[in-house]
Amino acid sequence: MTASPRVVVLDYGSGNVHSAAKALEAAGARVELTADRDRVASADGLVVPGVGAFASVMEGLRAVRAAEPIGRRLAGGRPVLGICVGMQVLFERGIERGTDTEGLGEWPGTVDELTAPVLPHIGWNTVEAPEDSALFAGIRNERFYFVHSYAARSWTLEATGAFPAPRVTWAEHGERFVAAAENGPLSGTQFHPEKSGAAGIRLLGNWLGGL
Amino acid sequence: MSVAARVIPCLDVAAGRVVKGVNFLNLRDEGDPVELARRYYEQGADELTFLDVTATVEDRATMYDTVTATAEQVFIPLTVGGGVRSTDDVARLLAHGADKVGVNSAALARPELLGEIADRFGAQVLVLSLDVRRVPGAERAPGVASGFEVTTHGGRAGTGRDAVAWAAEAIERGAGELLVNSIDADGTKRGFDLELVAAMRDVSSVPVIASGGAGAVEDFAPAVAAGADAVLAASVFHRGELTVGQVKDALRAQGVEVR
Repeated sequence: MTASPRVVVLDYGSGNVHSAAKALEAAGARVELTADRDRVASADGLVVPGVGAFASVMEGLRAVRAAEPIGRRLAGGRPVLGICVGMQVLFERGIERGTDTEGLGEWPGTVDELTAPVLPHIGWNTVEAPEDSALFAGIRNERFYFVHSYAARSWTLEATGAFPAPRVTWAEHGERFVAAAENGPLSGTQFHPEKSGAAGIRLLGNWLGGL
Repeated sequence: MSVAARVIPCLDVAAGRVVKGVNFLNLRDEGDPVELARRYYEQGADELTFLDVTATVEDRATMYDTVTATAEQVFIPLTVGGGVRSTDDVARLLAHGADKVGVNSAALARPELLGEIADRFGAQVLVLSLDVRRVPGAERAPGVASGFEVTTHGGRAGTGRDAVAWAAEAIERGAGELLVNSIDADGTKRGFDLELVAAMRDVSSVPVIASGGAGAVEDFAPAVAAGADAVLAASVFHRGELTVGQVKDALRAQGVEVR
């Protein structure tokens, strides 16, 4: 890791980008909030936040024409981290309240509603991370903050190209769902590390360590 | 393993200070909101709620600054309520660092507001806040079948509406969480109104936050047992009578999962 990696938090009008920026700074990054394509392309790491509806997040991403620079970064092996709906849109599609929306399609699979007695799933839950996870390295028995009703309930992608097999972290609320995934340069968390206290800052620090 | 019961300190804020009082003439200064927020964060609070209790135009700007300053230092979710009347109010609060917004009387006046907020920002940002009082049988209006009436003006004005029915309607319209405050229990320190919590749990598919009445560490576990997903308290924390850690230890001792 460079002394202090430069991270762009993609600013496209989605919710609380300042919290993500402040948490990344607390984890040791220099952070810039922007949607400028050159800055997005040249940053050491790109964070794609996202709250609200899948469709409105996709609309926001399209408005700043984000799909292409994200795709280019990944093709070049340059790290991208999606958070919450910013992770959900990495999948092929999202189905919310009967609306079927195309996602960025970096990962196969569909995001749809969890089956659980109480939704939204709001609060601090445990996760089940694989031993070799880089994001959760050194983090054991910690809970992370979730706030969502939709999730990827299955993971089908296996090892592709030069990348090792994806490392998938699971959580459970009513049923199992993908809480985090690490796939070469592309990572995502369904929970909010920037709202998960010291454990979240530590996880962001782990991500920064890989830049 | 499942989602942990949340412990939420609540800060009533007026003109940039945390206050406590029964009316606006007698507000007692309890401290600096950002400082208290930091203290609760360090104690292990799962979330924080700010309620703007004056919500005048001048105070509103001060509240935004407080929210921003807190969100820069405190890495847990922050709910802000008080005087939220439009989707633009919500957008402004979110832009200043709030994660969720509490809506109360504006939704009673115009229930469509709930759907507008949920459509634009998602149900997960929308907390319906209810100030509820018990209505004795003899005085019960025909609209208050459950015996719990929703009030406005911090409990001083009745609405003639059934609080449980209103909660159910609000969830239909897009509320993602219920903050249920018992006006009768509030300030008594005799524990939460457990029947109210149970009545809300019965009709609610969304998380229920119990509020009002917490006075001792042993008050919290019964609220969770009655169906609360989260427990909220204010003055017992501000005055240092209880710490968040003590409340969590007591919950854990009763077999409640906490962080």
